[in-house]
This record gives sequence, C-alpha cells and structure tokens, in this order.
Amino acid sequence: MFGYYLDLALRSLRRNKMLTALMVVAIALGIGASMTTLTVLHVLSGDPLPGKSATLFYPQLDPRDSDGYVPGKMPMEQVTWIDGMNLLKSKRGDRQALMSGGDVPIQPDQSGMDPFFADARFTSADFFPMFNAPFLYGRPWSEAEDNSKARVVVIGRELNAKLYGDKDSTGQVLRMQDTAFRIVGVLDDWRPNPHFYDLNMGNYSDSEQVFVPLSTSRDLRFEHNGSMNCWGKGGSDDDHLETSTCVWLQFWVQLNSPAKAAAYEEYLTHYSQEQKALGRFQRPPNVRLPSLMQWMDINKVVPGDVRLQAFLAFGFLLVCLVNTVGLMLAKFMRRSAELGVRRALGASRRALFAQLLVESGVIGLSGGLGGLLLALLGLWLVRHQPSDYAQLAHLDASMLLITFLLAVGATLLAGLLPAWRACQITPALQLKSN
Amino acid sequence: MDILPIFSALRRHKITALLVILEVALTCAIVCNAVFLITQRIDRIHMLSGVAEHELIDIQISPISATTDSVPRMNEDLAALRQIPGVTAVASSNQLPLGGSSWNAGIKIARDQKESTLNATTYYGENMLETLGTQLVAGRSLLHDDFYDFDAVVKAGSTSDTKNMPKVAVVTQAMADRLWPGVSPLGKELFMGDNIPITVVGVVAHLVRPSFSDNAVAEYSMAFPIRMAAGRYVIRTAPENRERVLAAALAKLKQLDPKRVVLKKQTWDQVREKFFQNDRAMAGLLLGVCVALLVVTALGIVGLGSFWVAQRRRQIGVRRALGATRRHILRYFQTENFLLATIGIVLGMAMAYGVNLLLMVHYELPRLPMMYLPMGAVVLWLIGQAAVLGPALRAAAVPPVVATRSV
Repeated sequence: MFGYYLDLALRSLRRNKMLTALMVVAIALGIGASMTTLTVLHVLSGDPLPGKSATLFYPQLDPRDSDGYVPGKMPMEQVTWIDGMNLLKSKRGDRQALMSGGDVPIQPDQSGMDPFFADARFTSADFFPMFNAPFLYGRPWSEAEDNSKARVVVIGRELNAKLYGDKDSTGQVLRMQDTAFRIVGVLDDWRPNPHFYDLNMGNYSDSEQVFVPLSTSRDLRFEHNGSMNCWGKGGSDDDHLETSTCVWLQFWVQLNSPAKAAAYEEYLTHYSQEQKALGRFQRPPNVRLPSLMQWMDINKVVPGDVRLQAFLAFGFLLVCLVNTVGLMLAKFMRRSAELGVRRALGASRRALFAQLLVESGVIGLSGGLGGLLLALLGLWLVRHQPSDYAQLAHLDASMLLITFLLAVGATLLAGLLPAWRACQITPALQLKSN
Repeated sequence: MDILPIFSALRRHKITALLVILEVALTCAIVCNAVFLITQRIDRIHMLSGVAEHELIDIQISPISATTDSVPRMNEDLAALRQIPGVTAVASSNQLPLGGSSWNAGIKIARDQKESTLNATTYYGENMLETLGTQLVAGRSLLHDDFYDFDAVVKAGSTSDTKNMPKVAVVTQAMADRLWPGVSPLGKELFMGDNIPITVVGVVAHLVRPSFSDNAVAEYSMAFPIRMAAGRYVIRTAPENRERVLAAALAKLKQLDPKRVVLKKQTWDQVREKFFQNDRAMAGLLLGVCVALLVVTALGIVGLGSFWVAQRRRQIGVRRALGATRRHILRYFQTENFLLATIGIVLGMAMAYGVNLLLMVHYELPRLPMMYLPMGAVVLWLIGQAAVLGPALRAAAVPPVVATRSV
C-alpha cells in the first residue's frame, strides 16, 4: 500500500513542478537556517569535559576592603596570590590547581627560526590530571617541581610540531626569555570548549601551547595576561604581585562527591572568617562554589547573538511551515474530485489520510535533504566568520539526526491539517459536480 | 468596489485565508524587529570614535628578555619614530581606542563615597591625546609637567605617597555630562580607590573606549598624565603615508633593539574594522533573513493566489459573462489580497511589539520605535500586491466563454 501511495504522491508532485519546488525550497531554507544556528548553539553550550565537569568547582571569595560593600553581591571572580596559595596548599579537594594566563618569548635553537611569543599557562601540577589533558609524550611536572620553581615545561602538540617536527621532544631544552627549560611532556591535541578554566582569554580561545609552573613564572617575572582587579592600595606592580590587594589568578578544585562539595563550601566560609579575624578580609564571609557548568552560565559564555540567531531561524522556519501548510491545503483541496472518486470506489478516510500524509512526507524528506545541504553550507559560512568560535561549527551525528527528524516531523505536522481537511469531503458531491 | 462579495468568498476558504494572514503577520513581526536590530548594529558600526581615524598606526613590540630599562628604551624609540619623514605625532600608550583589552577604574565624585558612580577607561601616555587627534572643547590638555612615570605612580600608590601621583585628568564630554550634569566639569574633583583627589582640567568632545558592549558607556574615557613604557606605540601620519611609515617604523625599532618581537602592526582602520566585525556579520545575517522571509512570503502568496484563481475559473467566467470587465476581476483579486494583508499586518504589529518586549527583557534592547510599524506595513502591502499581480492578471484573462463550457 505504501508503495502505491508513494507512486501517487510522486505523480501528484510532478503534476505541478513549480509548486512542489516552492514547498521543498521553503522547507529546506527553514530547516537549513534552524539547523545551522542550532548546531552553533549546541557546539557553544557544550560541556568542555564530559563526565568530569560535574566534579570541578570554581571557589569564589570576597577579600576586598569594606569600601563599596553591598551585601548579597557576587564575590570576586578570581583570587589573590595569598588566598590562591592558601587554598592550594591546604589540599582540601581531591585535586586543585592555581593558574594564570601569560605570554612567553620562545627562542628556538633551530637555525633560521626567529624568536616568537606563545600563549602560555602558568599553573600547578594538578592542572593536567584534573582537566584530563592528554599526554602524547612524557608526563606532567610534579608537586616537588612546583615547590622548587623548577625550569620545566610542558608544550602543546602544535608547538612540538613546529619546533621538533612532531617527534618526542621530552628531555630537550627550550629557551624562553633567556632561560633554559627542560621539556617534560608534550600534550596531544587538546582544546576544551569553552576555554572554561580562564574565560579572560576569550570564551572559545585556543588552548595554550606552553605550560610552566606558576612558581617558576613568578620567579622569572614572566609576563602574565588576563584580567586583574585591584582595590585599596593595590596596583599592578609586577614586583609585588604576591602581596598586592589584587585578584588575578584562577583557582579550580576537584571534589568527587556532593558531600565533599558541601564540606568545601563550609571550609571556604571558615577560611573567610579566619582571614577576617586576622584582619586581611574586612567584609563578612561571602563565598560561592559554582560547578564548572554553573560558572559557564554565570558568565553567559554562549554569546547572546548566537541565541538570537537561533530564535530568528526558528521564526523563519515557522513562516516557512505556515507557507507550506497553506500551499498543501490549496493543493489537496484542488484534488477534491480525484479524492472523491477514490472515496466512492471504497477507499476509507483513513486510507486517503495516509495517502496525503505520504505525499507531505515526501516533501518533508526532500526539504530535509535540501535543508541538510543548506545547513552544511551555512556552517561553512559560519566557519568563515571572524568570531573566535567560528572554526568549531561542525555538524555531528546527533545534530544530523535531529535535522532529519525536525524536517520530516515538521512537514508531517504541516501536512496533518491539509490532509485532514481534504478527507472531510463528501464523495457524492464531488462526483456530481463533474 | 464592493468588498462584501470578497468577504463572503473568503468565508468559504477560512483556513486558507487564515494561513495567509498568519504568514503575513509572522513575517511582519520578524521583519520589523530584524530591521530594528540591523539599524542598531549599523549605528554601532558607525559610532564616533573621536580620533583621527585614517591617520593612526598601532605597533606593539615586546622584548625577548626581561628588561629593566624600559623608560630609556621608550624615549629612544619615540625620538627615532619622530624622525621618520611624514610622522606628525608619536605616543607610547597603555591601550588604544577600540583596541580590545582595556584599563578601567571605578570613579567617584566625592571623598568616601561608598560605590563608584561609573566605570571609566584610563588612557595613559604623554602626548597621547594629541597623537590620537581628539578635539579639546574646554580647559587644557595634559602638559609635560603633569606627567609621572608609571612605575613611580604604582610605587606611590602602594605607599600612599601623594607626591608622585597624577593630580589632573582630561575627561570626555559624555563622562562629564554623566558625572556633573549641566555644570562645567573644569576644576571638579574625582576620586578612584584611594580618596586622593584628581582635578579635571580639560574636556574632549569624543574618545571611545578600547572595548565595551553597551553603547551608552562607550565614551566613558579619561586621560591620565602617566608615562607608559609598555612597547605600544601610536603613530600619526597622513593617510597616504601609513604603509610607508609603518614599514619604516618597524625597521627603525628592529634596528634600535633587535632582541624584540613585533606583536601587532596595524592601521587604526584595521583596528576599527576588527572591532565591529561581529556586528557587521550579524547585520548581514539579519538582512539575509529579512530578504528570505519576504521572498518566501511573496512566493507563498503567488502559489495560493494561483490556486484560488484556478479553483474559481468558472466563477470568474460567470462574472465575465454577466458583464464584469477584466479590470473588475483584476481589482477583485487585488482587493482581496489587500484585505488579507491588512488583517495580517495589524496582527503582525501586535506580534512585533510582543517580540520586542521579549528582546528587551533578554537582550537589553531599546523599545521598538513606532515608525517601524507603518514602514513594515507599507513593505508588506507592496509585496502582497506585487505577488498577487501575476495570478490576478491570469484571472482577468479568463474568457467569459468558460462559463458556458464547464457546466
């Protein structure tokens, strides 16, 4: 029966090529636009560390003086050196890392290669296991190396390819800002999206290619990058960053169970009280412990424009569907005579309904295919846009499936009303009139 | 033209008529808001910067080794850059208008004020305002004797030594109007974190921040008399000399100290282009969607119109046989479309308003100006009429003899 309906549908669609083309193109445009924007939204609001992110937290403290204090406001978005070091050394979490972004001048030994600057991350040993950073060669540095301000470095695969042709470079010496560093590890390709651990670098920026112990970076006065927020007598004086009243570091902690998270939040409150008693903090304890995904929400990581585009695309799809409903209705109603004959010959309403739904399904399927092609084109266009997330816009298997279900589902839905309406005819009347 | 017969005909095609109305309404609502969004973006792209747009060059250069002699290095660099033929002014600054990363400070207008009145960006660098080409509208600019070295100021800040701190500042008109509405800002005092007064000595007409998302605060900028030696040089020269001066400047800087890496070299036009690239892309996208929507709606009307005409061939034939002229038939379909479009537009205006309310809540957009509604209406009427013209002409061409044949 389905084969017969399909044959009928194709015949009917061929009879009026322009109209069929119009319906298919309208659906394809609507689906293409929706899928493009939905894919971008899906990619951007994704979890940077699936399976791990629920155990990662970003502790916030409020170490400011009482100047400008308003109760209930959000604590600082980063930590001072003193607080960061205190939290790091107390080891209350399963893992913890303190970090800052930076730039380092790299002086390659290879002849003919000019010195250049590379984005760097200054951090502590737990960074790599805590964030599941994959090692291609070697290993992370150890806590002992953190403490001894060791001249060790972990580099990214891209930099390794540039300097050492993708070969195992562990044990080699890399010169940065006139200092010799020993390469202890090489990371495999790694780009968590968003760049969650430090949003100051751009929400979707590329991963750094150089990782150096934070203690070492301070010892050598490496240039740090990112946001710095000072109060009181604090200033961005590079020589006194350890004691200044400025927040400029990110601190992440891994807590493997909700009970541990609750205990950690309590610890943060105690810590704030203790610091207040010592006279370092002046405000009443104001601590928060957002999880990774909560922190992404608080910072509104997904650009507003992208959401707006998705809304717009769905509005567009809606217009395209209304358009299709109207055209299909007109088309089905025009075939009242033919449908009347089928009814008179014994076809049930259900059978007619099924036949018409097959016809709208064919349109939906072709529209979906067209929409898929348009979505691929749309994503290609997005990738050529200037934004930092542009190159992330790729269709994955789940989005591919959603595209198709959306296309066929939407058109079947759009076909329901016309098909139902067309089935309501009285066969006798239609036969008489011709 | 009698419109009652049209209504009774439409009553027999309620669902189809409703669908046309709905399509027009949705299109009207989306297009009105999209066009409004486009004009917002275009306004932003064309924002006044207050600087000599086509005359500036930005160079950022950084030493490979840790250095201690940054101030003498800067003085030597600046002197050499000034020697390049065609260069009219040079400054060493901390940041650049629309350059991205920025230095900001909370500003208070009274001692011991609890919360800052506003947040403004701070431009440092001797001769910076003159190099940028800002227009002084009151008071004076920053003079050589006003200036302190950045390192000295930071040290003074941490020891509360007021002697080595800047005492004066130049602010923008926008910032002055916000801090002291209706009063001359000259001689007024402003305070940052530390309660040390800074006197406003001059006002510039416009100076945009390095970065901002809200246009309302885009010009909250001030210039402080602090000498900055961070390797960021702003050079001013005639537009036609920019390429040559940029090349000469890079060669000169490399020659003075080869152990440096150039991080940025660009004209300010490129800086501006980059800053607004997302807005430009978004405006283009919105425009594309508007055009696509109008085309789909128009094609929908053409399709439905054709069907209606085909379905009513006999009716048209009868009317023609009874004496209706071609013009009558044409008018009939045109009026019918006009009526449907009008109902759709009225509905669409209400929806446009609703969508705008939603956008105002979620995207901090201003209210949709009323003028967009009649404009949207006219566009949709025109498109409706253009779309129905083809089918209506075909209807008018139906010969009266059809009436006799088909019965």
